[in-house]
Amino acid sequence: MQPGTVPSEEEIRLASRAVEDGVLQTDLSVPSAHCGACIAAVEGALLRLNGVTSARLNLSTRRAAVKWQKDGPVPPLLWALAKAGYEATLFTHEEAGADPEMGRLIRATAVAGFAAANIMLLSVSVWAGADGETRNAFHLVSALLALPAVIYSGRLFFLSAWAALKSRRTNMDVPISIGILLALALSLYDTMQDGPHAYFDAVTTLIFFLLVGRTLDHLMRRRARRAVLGLARMMPRGATVIAPDGTRTYKPQTEIEAGARVLVAAGERIPLDGNVVSGAADLDAALVTGEATPVAARSGDAVLSGMLNLNGSLEIKVARRAGESFIAEMTRMMEAAEHGRARYRRLADRAAALYSPFVHSLAAAAFLAWMWGSGDWHRSLTVAISVLIITCPCALGLAVPMVQVVAARRLFQRGIALKDGSALERLAEADVVVFDKTGTLTLGDPRVTECSVLPGRDLDAVAALASLSRHPASRAIAALAGTRSRPQIKEFREVPGCGIEGRINGSLYRLGRPDWALGGRPAVPGTDKALGTILSRDGALTGYFEFSDIPRPQSGEAIEAIRGLGLAIEMLSGDRLEAAARMASSLGIEKFRAGLLPQDKIARLQELAREGGKPLMVGDGLNDAPALSAAHVSMAPASAADVGRAAADLVLFGSGLMAVPEALRTAVTARRLVRQNLALAVAYNLFVIPVALAGYVTPLMAAVAMSMSSVLVVANALRFPAVKERTATDRMRKTASLRTAEVAR
Amino acid sequence: VTVLVWLIPIALGMAAVALVAFLWSMRNGQYDDLDGAAERVLLDQKEDRPVTDDSRRR
Repeated sequence: MQPGTVPSEEEIRLASRAVEDGVLQTDLSVPSAHCGACIAAVEGALLRLNGVTSARLNLSTRRAAVKWQKDGPVPPLLWALAKAGYEATLFTHEEAGADPEMGRLIRATAVAGFAAANIMLLSVSVWAGADGETRNAFHLVSALLALPAVIYSGRLFFLSAWAALKSRRTNMDVPISIGILLALALSLYDTMQDGPHAYFDAVTTLIFFLLVGRTLDHLMRRRARRAVLGLARMMPRGATVIAPDGTRTYKPQTEIEAGARVLVAAGERIPLDGNVVSGAADLDAALVTGEATPVAARSGDAVLSGMLNLNGSLEIKVARRAGESFIAEMTRMMEAAEHGRARYRRLADRAAALYSPFVHSLAAAAFLAWMWGSGDWHRSLTVAISVLIITCPCALGLAVPMVQVVAARRLFQRGIALKDGSALERLAEADVVVFDKTGTLTLGDPRVTECSVLPGRDLDAVAALASLSRHPASRAIAALAGTRSRPQIKEFREVPGCGIEGRINGSLYRLGRPDWALGGRPAVPGTDKALGTILSRDGALTGYFEFSDIPRPQSGEAIEAIRGLGLAIEMLSGDRLEAAARMASSLGIEKFRAGLLPQDKIARLQELAREGGKPLMVGDGLNDAPALSAAHVSMAPASAADVGRAAADLVLFGSGLMAVPEALRTAVTARRLVRQNLALAVAYNLFVIPVALAGYVTPLMAAVAMSMSSVLVVANALRFPAVKERTATDRMRKTASLRTAEVAR
Repeated sequence: VTVLVWLIPIALGMAAVALVAFLWSMRNGQYDDLDGAAERVLLDQKEDRPVTDDSRRR
């Protein structure tokens, strides 16, 4: 885990929820956990932390639930896991939210399954030739079982159909409900009249199969996306306002007017857009531009809300009220973008829109034709009902979700979390992949790429100094030096916009901008680069550092693979032109744009959409969140900001980008299987409808035909190619044995 | 025919027990971590209940 992506204590606290008195629970996603030894290692690492009362890893969902004491400091959960060899990310409460609908569906399915199995048992003996008294008794028992089951399990369809009819629409549930109710009523009537046929088995199996499909579909439906809420939550609720007479009061954000002066201490976010009046600080602008390099702000500079003050203290004159701030603007942009995508209609819905009017008119026509031909209302009704039942969209209802569930499982095995079934359909349509640069194609934090300080006393000193600062450059230096012995530091001081200094073993070390560190002397040529940072001892140059953002593992391969799939590639960056151009040429990307603001990224995506393209956006930063919502389909790495992760359709848990072509390939396979399944279901219907219209459908035939089609569709979905790549499993096995060895120690 | 008077209620009763058992096990969180349960047998731990979200049940 890179230091830049570790969530702050506040963020952990916000993502936690109270479970008992004084105990908070935090959910972590640990995608690399996969075996029994992992359970021991993960839980052991978490339980050893101070304040943690219980830790539990769920191997199926690869999520760890940690309970810890609220009063103490926040335990370094992610750090402990990283040390044990597991990358983990915070799993926010919104993503984990309870799902009452799922429980309702499973209970209804269980009840329908219970009734269907028992009625089928009785029906088999009727079909086998049970006669007279016995048959009537069996029908009666079936009726007693079917009635409550239909009322309990079928209500999900009835309610949905009723809602559709009330708003003068029709959906798949309307023919289903009519079919179920008519068949039930006719069967009850026949049971009372001691008739030879009853359709209780067909009715309950119909409900059972449909509910299985519905449950799977629900599993794939989008969960509530609270991206926008998350954005607002990151902002401070208020700010310290300095009145003209010098008194300081803490006011809620909404009450602060333009022209007011607010104080922003080190470690706080800037609450409102404005200009610096006094003070100086380095600002982390990741929220605004997505770039990791901090900007120095001095008196007179304009600052935007959402920037994080890394050091120093600032007094800001507010330029705009809260409703007009940069963050508010982003929130509005995301909401607007969401609306655009909501227009996408899922394949299953489009199929249903064609399907239900067709079935309605067919059943009605069958009834009228038979009525006109034979004049026997009972016979006509039986034919109409058998048309409704035999064309039941069971197979149709299973065709799409079954494939998507299998595909989602395959993706999960590869470390890709799918949030929404329709995303898989949209992903298969994507024809251009748009990457963000910093944090997506690259790792997003500067790494030391050149260091002229020799290991020894000076390097230890600089590591000790750097470990005291939050500046990304300092963190990179501290990470480079590792955890060697650190000398004592006296008189540590952080000078915003310049660097850090401290006295070690009597010498004054300065780390920072060349002109400041050398005390006004001109910089040594060749060191004054974009992030040129030098170390001086008592004013004399001892060495310099250079930083750059390194590409994410597998970036090049992944881009090659995406090209191989026939998709175009573009890069949109908020960074400077030279930096973007360098990265683009090193990765072989021809089309790129640099220096973009969030709205420019959206504009580019809309331009692509107007030209008929379906862009897949891969991005991570908060500044990418609106673009992620605006794109046809979007992905974010797990290291992305909370909001970015929430706005994306797919989240990549691994650190490599190869997952992107992997997901694209899986989506295309899924689309092929879905189409096959739909074709199977339609072909099957074309085959049985004439039989039903001719009036040859007996209860036995209806039951067999219905089950067969569903089984066929499910079997086809299970043909989904398994995860094959041998190297990946080998690697897994290797790390597994390594971890076992670690645990044994 | 008389034997059916006994057998059918018995069959239904057995199935009903299965249904109730399923609903109970689901509510109890028995299916929350199927992979973990298989591995935990091998670990030397006292507590082996699956994690359930207490706040959700209340």
